Amino acid sequence: MSVLEVSDIGISFGGLVAVDGVSFAVEPGEVFSIIGPNGAGKTTLFNLVTGIYRPQRGSVALDGETITGLSPYLLVRRGMARTFQNLQIFFRMTALENVMVGCHLAERSSLLADLLGLPSVSRQNRITRTAALALLERVGLAAYADRPAGSLSYGVLKRLEIARALAANPRLLLLDEPAAGCNAVETETLDALICAIARDGVAVVLIEHDMKLVMKISNRVLVLAQGRRLAEGPPQSVRNDPAVIAAYLGDHGSREADRAQH
Amino acid sequence: MLVALLRSRLAALLLLAAIMALFPLIAPSAFYLRVAALVWIFALAALGLTILMGYAGQVSLGHAGFLGLGAYGVAIGPAHLGLPPLLSLVLAAALAGLIAYLVGRPILRLKGYYLAIATLGFGMILALVFNSESAVTGGPDGMAVARMTVLGWRITGALNWYWVSAGALLVGAWLALNLQASPSGRALRALHDSEVAAAGVGVNVAAKKLSAFVIGAVYAAFAGGLLASLNGLITPEASSFMQSIELVAMVIIGGLGSVFGAVVGAAFLVVLPQALTAFQEYEQAVLGLLIMVFMIFLPDGIVPTIRRWLLERLS
Repeated sequence: MSVLEVSDIGISFGGLVAVDGVSFAVEPGEVFSIIGPNGAGKTTLFNLVTGIYRPQRGSVALDGETITGLSPYLLVRRGMARTFQNLQIFFRMTALENVMVGCHLAERSSLLADLLGLPSVSRQNRITRTAALALLERVGLAAYADRPAGSLSYGVLKRLEIARALAANPRLLLLDEPAAGCNAVETETLDALICAIARDGVAVVLIEHDMKLVMKISNRVLVLAQGRRLAEGPPQSVRNDPAVIAAYLGDHGSREADRAQH
Repeated sequence: MLVALLRSRLAALLLLAAIMALFPLIAPSAFYLRVAALVWIFALAALGLTILMGYAGQVSLGHAGFLGLGAYGVAIGPAHLGLPPLLSLVLAAALAGLIAYLVGRPILRLKGYYLAIATLGFGMILALVFNSESAVTGGPDGMAVARMTVLGWRITGALNWYWVSAGALLVGAWLALNLQASPSGRALRALHDSEVAAAGVGVNVAAKKLSAFVIGAVYAAFAGGLLASLNGLITPEASSFMQSIELVAMVIIGGLGSVFGAVVGAAFLVVLPQALTAFQEYEQAVLGLLIMVFMIFLPDGIVPTIRRWLLERLS
């Protein structure tokens, strides 16, 4: 069964059809990329899937269960986590605390126990701390653990968001432009990280403009243009699709995509 | 060692306890103890607002309404219902929590200015009720408050009130500090920075906001009850808009989100008017000016600024 199944989903804002009847399915352990020109509706599609917008048509199913219109915090409980295109970091906290918040769902404590500072809270804090440190380690940010998030660079924060999303132990991870603003080395690390996450059986949905990255790590690619599906398939076939080249990749994009093969 | 102490949350509590223990030794007269007791009581109310505004990032411009609920609770309980003052205090705090829960559910869906205006309206409604229900509340003249008794011990005199209010504040500060470093506290601080991201990791944003609102209300009601008992008199002034603004100012001047900051902010706004009486009719203007100067030069508030300065010097 597909982890995520989106069927005929759509929404319009004041007459502008942002996403128009898009369908796709994502399997466990797969990297599924969504590409397309700016304004194609990629992030809107993410927001529909993750419950930030309520779709006006169509449905979303997670592990076969319909989740259309559920609040984001409920979707996390069902195994869906995401990162954001425009960073959504808890800037007043340290990097470690950011990931600790990500562990929220696994934490067993009550408001009363928290207020009274019962021993169970300290125990829970230690467990959360260990888990968060391991996640920071995994995304290569262990050295930044105690630094205030507000003082970290853009590329680091992008990875911090991934660590925080992984803290929820998702079966489906949606990454919105994780490589934006990253330098070549950071993108390389990211590439390895995403592949490792997928290898663990997590379904990864990726929005990305870095064609080299997309073509290298994706199993399948969905091309959106003006809110509609333009093409879908393995990176190879999408790259050679004349409609895709005309609408999005252009000559430069094709060359970049070619380079991923070498 | 000193750095570790500055970072530790127990340090703030110990420092507060030390100041509380030492102050009576140097206080020249009972008047100073009384003012100090007022500082502890207002700090307790401000602490509730610190949890709501400083941790969870939600503005309330009607918080004095809860202060008034607690104050009128300890006044009305013994006078009209024949309840013991201490029980009245506890019931009033519980009632404030319940009202906060019922009112908070709809209004905490609002954000920023809209939430501020909604809480402002709520505070004004309560002030209006205290003002106009003369038969129960004594109207604008207020009403006398029966002496507080705890297990048969009648609390009288400045020194006794000093210890009672200091104890209440210590407990309040301890709870707030516990919350800060707990799973619930982290979730509250998270939604302060980004509600979208907090929801994105599974935080039930609406429920968390509501819990902060209820906790803040109970703190304020408790402080209000103590205030009324200490003064032996309560007027609607306690729940006025100005009082709400003063509570917000305490939290911001002391340092948003800092537990010790709430105490410093309360001290600032309780003590300064006493010190400024020399300015007579210009007292309010000078106070306002001082607040402006503090906000311009210490925009993060007194305590966080000093703390950061110390940490930089030491490391």
